[in-house]
Amino acid sequence: MANSIMLLESLGVQNWTYIIVGITFTLYIGIAIWSRAASTKDFYVAGGGVSPLANGMATAADWMSAASFISMAGIISFAGYDGAVYLMGWTGGYVLLALLLAPYLRKFGKFTVPDFIGDRYYSNSARFVGVICALLVSFTYVAGQMRGVGLVFSRFLEVDINTGVMIGMFIVLFYAVLGGMKGITYTQVAQYCVLIFAFMVPAIFISIQMTGNPIPQLGFGGQLADGSGTYLLDKLDGLSTELGFAEYTEGSKSMIDVFAITLALMVGTAGLPHVIVRFFTVKRVKDARKSAGLALLLIAILYTTAPAVSVFARTNLIETVSNKPYESMPEWFKKWELTGLIDFDDKNNDGNIQYLADASKNELVVDNDIMVLANPEIAKLPDWVIALVAAGSLAAALSTAAGLLLVISSSVSHDLIKKMVNKKISEKGELIAARLSAVVAVVVAGYFGIHPPGFVAATVALAFGLAAASFFPAIILGIFYKRMNKEGAVAGMVVGILSMLFYMLKFKFGWFGGGGKEDWWFGISPEGFGTVAMILNFVVSIVIVQFTPPPPKKVQNIVENIRIPSGAGKATGH
Amino acid sequence: MTKQEKDAKQQKATAYWIENIKYLFILLTIWFLVSYGAGILFKDALNQIKVGGFKLGFWFAQQGSIYVFVVLIFVYVRLMNKLDKKYGYGE
Repeated sequence: MANSIMLLESLGVQNWTYIIVGITFTLYIGIAIWSRAASTKDFYVAGGGVSPLANGMATAADWMSAASFISMAGIISFAGYDGAVYLMGWTGGYVLLALLLAPYLRKFGKFTVPDFIGDRYYSNSARFVGVICALLVSFTYVAGQMRGVGLVFSRFLEVDINTGVMIGMFIVLFYAVLGGMKGITYTQVAQYCVLIFAFMVPAIFISIQMTGNPIPQLGFGGQLADGSGTYLLDKLDGLSTELGFAEYTEGSKSMIDVFAITLALMVGTAGLPHVIVRFFTVKRVKDARKSAGLALLLIAILYTTAPAVSVFARTNLIETVSNKPYESMPEWFKKWELTGLIDFDDKNNDGNIQYLADASKNELVVDNDIMVLANPEIAKLPDWVIALVAAGSLAAALSTAAGLLLVISSSVSHDLIKKMVNKKISEKGELIAARLSAVVAVVVAGYFGIHPPGFVAATVALAFGLAAASFFPAIILGIFYKRMNKEGAVAGMVVGILSMLFYMLKFKFGWFGGGGKEDWWFGISPEGFGTVAMILNFVVSIVIVQFTPPPPKKVQNIVENIRIPSGAGKATGH
Repeated sequence: MTKQEKDAKQQKATAYWIENIKYLFILLTIWFLVSYGAGILFKDALNQIKVGGFKLGFWFAQQGSIYVFVVLIFVYVRLMNKLDKKYGYGE
C-alpha cells in the first residue's frame, strides 16, 4: 500500500497527463464507434431524438471552447471588472436563444440555419448569404480551437505544437466523420463531464487554500484564510493600485464600450450556427426550451467559477513574482518561460522582478492563456490535478471544434449541394458528401492551427460581430414580424455584414485610412461594433420592407405555424 | 373545416401569441435590468453597497446577472408549459 502511494507520487505531471488524456481519448473513440450515423438525419441532427439533459450537456460542451476554458479566466484576471463583458455576454445570449429563437426554430424543424433563412425568405440568394456567413463564422472559430489543442500538447506532453495539432485533428476526424451529429452529441456529453470536473477541482482546492471556503463563488468575496480579517477583493484592489494598475473591481473601459461589447457578444452567441443547430436535435418544442435552460445552468457552473479563479490567480501571481528575485522563481515559471508565454526582461538589472502597469518600467509579461493552465502549479497542487486540467482543456477545444466542423460540413453537403447544386442527390450520396466535406474541413482547420494567420485573435471578435450583424436580426424578424420579406432580409444582412467588415478592417487592420482608439465611432471598439451593425441591419430591413411587396401567403403560413408549439414532429430536411 | 372553425382556430392562435409576447416582454425587461442596469449603467452607485467582500455592482456584473439568467429561462419554461396546456398546444 505504502509502495503504491509512493509510486503515484513519483509519477510526475507528464506521466499523469499521458494516463488521464489517454483514458479520455479512448472514451471518446469508444463512444464514436458506438454511435455511428446511418442516415443523413443521424448525421445532421442525431436522429432528432436527443433528451433535453443530453442536449443541454452537449450544448454546454459545444459552447465552452478553448477560449472559455483556457483563456477567459486569464483575460478577466488582467481586465478585472471589464472581464464582465465576457461573463455576461457569453451567458446572457442564452436567454435570448431560449426565449426568442430555439423553440421556433425547433418547430420549423429543418437541419441547418441557412435552411431557415432560405425557406423563410423564399430565396436561394438569401440561403447563399446564410451559407457564406455560417462558413465564415465557423472557420474563424475552429482555427483557434486547433491552436488550443496544440498549445496544451506542447506544454504538457512536451511534443511539438504541430504534432499536437495533428493528433487533435485525427481524433476529431474520427468521431465527426464517423458519427456526424450523433457521434458528436454523445462525445460532447462525456467531454462536458471531463471539462467541468477539471475546471472545478483546482478552483475548489485554491478557494480552500486562500479563503477557507470550498465554494469558489463565495470564496472570492470572503476573507483571507490567514486570519487577518481582510477581504480578498480589498487586498487585490490594494495590490493592483500599488503596482499602478486600475482597481481590480473598477476596470478601465468606458461604460458605452462595456455596454456595446456585452450586447454584441450576447446577440452573437444567440446567432452562432453551431449553437442554434443543437436545438434541432431534440424531440419537441418543449424540450428545446428546457434544454436551453439546462445548457445555461451547466455553463453557469464554469462561468461563475471563472471570475473567482481570476481573482485567486491574480493575487497568487502578484504575491509570487512582485519584487522577488528572479533566481528564486519556482519551476513552473521557468517551464512557461520556455514556451514564450512568460517573458522576463531585467530592465534595471537588479535581479528582482518588477511587475508594474508602467510599460517602461515593467519587466514581466504574462500571457492570458497560461493563467488557468499554470494556476494549479502556482498554487502547488498535486500533479494529477495539473494533468486533469490538461485533459479538460483538450475536451473543451475538441468538443467545440467538432460542433463547428459539423456546421461546415452540413452547410456544404446540405445547403450548397442538396439544396442548390444537385437537388436530386440520393440520401446515400448526401451522406458521403457530408463525410467528405467534414474531412476537408478538418484538414483546413488543422492547416490554420499549424500556420495560424496573424488575424486569429481579431477574427474571433469578427465571428461574433458577424453572427450578431447577420443571422440574429434575420431570424428574429423572420419569426416575430410576419410582413418581413426577402428584400428586407437580404438587404439587412448585406448591410450588417459589410459595415461590420468595414469597421474591423479599418480599426484592426488599418485599411480605409485606419485609425486609433480616439477615432472609434461613439467610442465603441471593434469588438463592440457588432451591436451597431446589428442595429443597422434591423433598421435597413424594416425600412426596405415598407416599400416592397409582402411575402407570399405560403410563407406567412409558415410563420403562423412556427409560433404554435404543438406538432413539431422530428426535424426533417424535406 | 368551416369558416367559423377556421376563425376560432385563428383567434386561439392569436391569443396564445399575445400572451407569449407579454411573458417575453416581462422576462426580457428583468434580463436587461440585472445585466445592463445593475452590472453596467448603475454599477457605480451599487458599488457603494458592500455585501461581504463584494461591491454590489461588481457582483451583479460577474456573478448575480448569470444566476438571474438561469432562473429566467426556467421560469420561462414553466410559464410556457402552463400556457401550452391552457391552449391545448401541449404534447
